[in-house]
Amino acid sequence: MTPVGQGAVWTVLLVPILLGGLALGGASFARVLDARADGRRVTGAVLAAPLSATGRLLVQQRRAVVASDRLLARTGVVLVPVAAVLAALVVPWGNVAASDLSVGIVWFNAMEVVTWAALWMAGWGTNSVWGLVGGYRFVVQGLSYELPHMFALITVATGAGSLRVSDVVAAQDGLWFVVWMPVAFAAFLISALALSFAGPFDTATGRDVAGGVLAEHSGVDRLLLLAGRWLLLAAAAAMAVALFLGGGSGPLLPTWLWTVLKSAAVLGLLVWLRSRTATLRMDRFVEVGWMVLIPLTLLQALVVAVVVLR
Amino acid sequence: MTLQAFLLLAVALLAVGLYGALSQQSIVMIMMGLELMVNAVIVAGAAFWFFVSPAQPDGQVVVLVAVTLMAVEMAMGFAVAIAIFRSGEIDMTDMAAELRD
Amino acid sequence: MAEAVIFWVCAAGAVATGVAVFRVDSMARATFALLASFVFAATPLLLLGLSYLGVLVILMMIMEMVVMAIFMIMLMMNPAGLMPMSMVHNRRGSLAIAVGTFVVLGAGVLLVDWPQRAGTPPEDVTFALGEALMGSHMLVMLVIGLGLFATIVSAVVLAHPRGRYDRFGDDLRGRPADDPIRGGVGR
Repeated sequence: MTPVGQGAVWTVLLVPILLGGLALGGASFARVLDARADGRRVTGAVLAAPLSATGRLLVQQRRAVVASDRLLARTGVVLVPVAAVLAALVVPWGNVAASDLSVGIVWFNAMEVVTWAALWMAGWGTNSVWGLVGGYRFVVQGLSYELPHMFALITVATGAGSLRVSDVVAAQDGLWFVVWMPVAFAAFLISALALSFAGPFDTATGRDVAGGVLAEHSGVDRLLLLAGRWLLLAAAAAMAVALFLGGGSGPLLPTWLWTVLKSAAVLGLLVWLRSRTATLRMDRFVEVGWMVLIPLTLLQALVVAVVVLR
Repeated sequence: MTLQAFLLLAVALLAVGLYGALSQQSIVMIMMGLELMVNAVIVAGAAFWFFVSPAQPDGQVVVLVAVTLMAVEMAMGFAVAIAIFRSGEIDMTDMAAELRD
Repeated sequence: MAEAVIFWVCAAGAVATGVAVFRVDSMARATFALLASFVFAATPLLLLGLSYLGVLVILMMIMEMVVMAIFMIMLMMNPAGLMPMSMVHNRRGSLAIAVGTFVVLGAGVLLVDWPQRAGTPPEDVTFALGEALMGSHMLVMLVIGLGLFATIVSAVVLAHPRGRYDRFGDDLRGRPADDPIRGGVGR
């Protein structure tokens, strides 16, 4: 397999397109699963539901509560999809990465943490109690999932001996990291759902708080938040492929196609988990994160460190 | 970009932070001033590393220590703020004057 | 040339947002202005080739400022700034001291004969930092680690209102612990 290299400048433009395609596919798949769970027939309208929702939100009138903090709300809303795209810049598609930074893993982590600030600002800025409750819930969730997530990333970096994502892919030439780092992979998938506030971790936008952060957002703002959530999930799925599933390696097909297929498979698994699990209350997940996930991921890092040193 | 330019940025950040730390009454705002001052240390440390002795890692270590210092300062600051708020609904420095008596 | 433009834009942005922290009425805006100041100040670090430390500062400051926003809302009287009020003392004196500091130190920056540059940056800057922390500067790493651990313990001790007698009863034999929130691992 040819090593991953830095792509030309124009490849940066491909990242939002690829990521958007993945995210749209994931959203459509989620609608299909929902329809089947409800016993409805899967028709073209169900498949195209994300697109029609996009069109509806684009023409919808924006409304705002009195004395809302427009500056912070708008900044937060825009930052969610922007953070997802920036995080995906370091993901290699096949053997081309749009931006193969020497500290790619740290960059991915930093951009994905931008969501903390973005969601809190989007919730606070609407001057709605539901939005603020949603923002607070996401911060609690962040404090619970972030450390296991970081330890999973550290485990991968230790195994590859580098923070550069292309080195991580190259280090999996013989054996994929998922085989000898299963706990880190599981923790990464859990945190992928948590960082895109999806599935069991959707309390930030929960129905019990009338949509939480989403409660007072309408029109384009709401579209950016909903799209950003899917983009984040897609970016995390694509990153999981590069970090644990050998990147673009595979027989017969070209490497970029393998990357897309694997990313779609991971995204499908995440969407399936999302529709099959019940919402987890944050006061419960905090303790699970700190008492179960952190020790497990630490042990995983220890095992990998010992193997690397041996 | 020169060493002087970076140091001027650091000095400006330090002065802004100093103004905030001296003039604000609320404990949390004072901490924001302190954070700005530590930020100045980060900029200056990085500049000295690059423009004076890039072959040695000492400048980088200074930046790392400053970053850690910020985390420690914030954690302890908030812990103390919560503790004295619990003891008497105090959130401004002028009200915490019983320490003087 | 492009680097110089980026540097001066970031420097101006860092100082302007730093000033904004103490000028805006809304505490949420003040916190995120401080975050913007940190991000602006971290970008010159990236220009110098300190990619790891620059990204680390951004990562840490986002998390820190979000936590700070929560404390701001919790502890300040007027978090949204809807009714502007002055929360300063000795404004004139502070301003004089700050301006004086800037003038004196700034003059020093321009007048001092700084040493010439010796050597070139290593190939992998991040690797050099890691090697220094685990080798010649091991003591720094140890002190940082111990300091952070001591901070965690003392911050929890200071801020937590309930001790073990509240949780386990006077004879410390009450099981399960009497916690207001029961948690998620089956207690």
